[in-house]
Amino acid sequence: MIRLERRPTPSRAWAAATPVLAVVLTMLAGGLMFAALGKDPVAAIRTIFWDPLFNPQFAAYSRPQLLVKAGPLILIAVGLSLGFRAGVWNIGAEGQYIAGAICGAAVGLAFYPADLWLVFPLMVIAGAAGGILWAMIPALLRVRFGTSEILVSLLLVYVAQNMLAAMALGALRNPEGGGFPGSRNLSQYPAAANPELIAGTGLHWGVVAALVAVVGAQWLLGRHILGFQIRLAGQAPRAARFAGVRPDRLVVLCMGISGALAGLAGLFEVAGPAGQISIDFNAGYGFTAIIVAFLGRLNPLGILAAGLLMALTYIGGELAQFMLGLPAAAIQAFQGMLLFFLLALDLLSNWRVRLTVGRAA
Amino acid sequence: MDFATLIQILDSTLRLATPLLLACLAGLYSERAGVFDIGLEGKMLAAAFLSGAVAFVSGSVWLGVLAGIGASLALSAVHGLASITFRGNQLISGVAINFLASGLTVLVGQNWFELGGRTPALTEGRFQPITLPLAETLAPVPVLGPIYSDLISGHSALVYLALALVPASWWLLNRTRFGLRLRAVGENPAAVDTAGVSVVGIRFAAVAICGVLCGLAGAYLATALSAGFVKEMTAGRGYIALAALIFAKWRPFAAMGACLLFGLLEAVANRFQNIDLGVVVLPVQFMQALPYILTVVILAGFVGKAIPPRAGGEPYVKER
Repeated sequence: MIRLERRPTPSRAWAAATPVLAVVLTMLAGGLMFAALGKDPVAAIRTIFWDPLFNPQFAAYSRPQLLVKAGPLILIAVGLSLGFRAGVWNIGAEGQYIAGAICGAAVGLAFYPADLWLVFPLMVIAGAAGGILWAMIPALLRVRFGTSEILVSLLLVYVAQNMLAAMALGALRNPEGGGFPGSRNLSQYPAAANPELIAGTGLHWGVVAALVAVVGAQWLLGRHILGFQIRLAGQAPRAARFAGVRPDRLVVLCMGISGALAGLAGLFEVAGPAGQISIDFNAGYGFTAIIVAFLGRLNPLGILAAGLLMALTYIGGELAQFMLGLPAAAIQAFQGMLLFFLLALDLLSNWRVRLTVGRAA
Repeated sequence: MDFATLIQILDSTLRLATPLLLACLAGLYSERAGVFDIGLEGKMLAAAFLSGAVAFVSGSVWLGVLAGIGASLALSAVHGLASITFRGNQLISGVAINFLASGLTVLVGQNWFELGGRTPALTEGRFQPITLPLAETLAPVPVLGPIYSDLISGHSALVYLALALVPASWWLLNRTRFGLRLRAVGENPAAVDTAGVSVVGIRFAAVAICGVLCGLAGAYLATALSAGFVKEMTAGRGYIALAALIFAKWRPFAAMGACLLFGLLEAVANRFQNIDLGVVVLPVQFMQALPYILTVVILAGFVGKAIPPRAGGEPYVKER
């Protein structure tokens, strides 16, 4: 008979091992899924996880893409992880990402074609502000009316998507674009562009910001009173209240930080890799970042590793799209499976499995 | 706005409220039993896909509905396993379901029909409108005639089924032993356990009912509301249904009212695409976003004090 026994404290060994195990299980289950669809499972897994890095034919293009895709994922996930730790569930980072991109791009386009050094810094501020603004809606509604921030932030993603379409077709449309939807290309406007900083690496300002965010979050959680309050509020809400932590303040701060980082991610994307505001500008980074945060165990350094891995699946997914004819959505199925395995395996870090032979307990 | 337009808007309100109502009742069972489910969206999506696909291949709409229920039940089982058996976070499990569904539907759909993730348009294998008795005869009667023949009559079977499920759910939850246990499991599972009833069993039953209802909601989207599956066709309806559930304070009749209200918002947004305010013309995207915005407004402003089931979101651990 199998019995579960609660561990006094979560096992550190299992907490570190579960993400790795979950990835392995996802590969196996993904292989089965591809086999069931009549694709060669080994080829599919190799195309997604191996070829982008090591196949000489694709690696030259794919390796820089790793940082390009990991940057926004890590940036958003670090912000989310703070909230998740405190029990503030910002599930709609995708909306904040879009809002940041729109605000940042709008500031950049307003200055076009002025060649001022000030333009890009102003865009960065506007991007963060846009994300904060969008995140404050669910935060303040929760604080003021007790509304579920989960639902509000999710619903606002749909609003943001419609706003994006309206901007691409209306206010921000390129006046010299011949009527096509989409804004001017910011990456061709030097004062507003977010270029590759070192050629051939994919490193842009967004990646730098992501690394700063990782270090900052590590410091915040380990060394700052706010980080302590975040951890305390998540683990023992009652104790946190006695210790003088104001829950409302924490909700606003956590949503604000995650909104700002998501907005920044959107801005760096629109000014760099994406280049312009277009109808299909958002690629689901805000949602995938949720998985990155959990895969990284809500730990900044873990998120760094998880973000790189998730970026790999994005690139591998694109590769599989034209090599094997798999639709891009295959990656979402992969990500969903990964999250499930992670969740199920988490049992092992909080509970000890005991096999009792013979008599029932 | 004349009377005929009003009837048309109310008619499409009823049609658009049906998937919301089915999903909302699905969430009601699950959440009343203490299992939060943000994965309604994903379950509806999976059900919509499989029902559309099977209805096309078999030509039978009822086989399609069954397949949709099957798909939704499978995801429900995964959710139950992760959040009840493995005691995982119910929110994350739901998010994972949504990922899985939006990925798998397109992946399998592309592999099966090669239409970029959609299913072929249904010609047969769709729900046909049911004309209620005497609808034709009564149509000329002023005011009441059009209300009966255009608004109440002429919907698909699932619309009437959804409406019938409202009193049925009320009766099941409030007047049967199973209902009492289900509600108790959501409020105080330890008490139910002490009485010798399996908490895990009741919660799995609730999650299964939730799966069946979500399956119906998804099947309705693909085989009645439109003809076939389109990727991401649920468009946040699962989340709106959850908002309606909170608005209704987890009660069946109030849920019907909330869903009809949200259906009305969508119907109005569909009807009036561009609104010219004289100074500015509101773009079509604004009207499309309006149902979501109003849902947020209603959720924040008019809910009053909504108290969720006490044990909601908590995995139950038997004490020893």
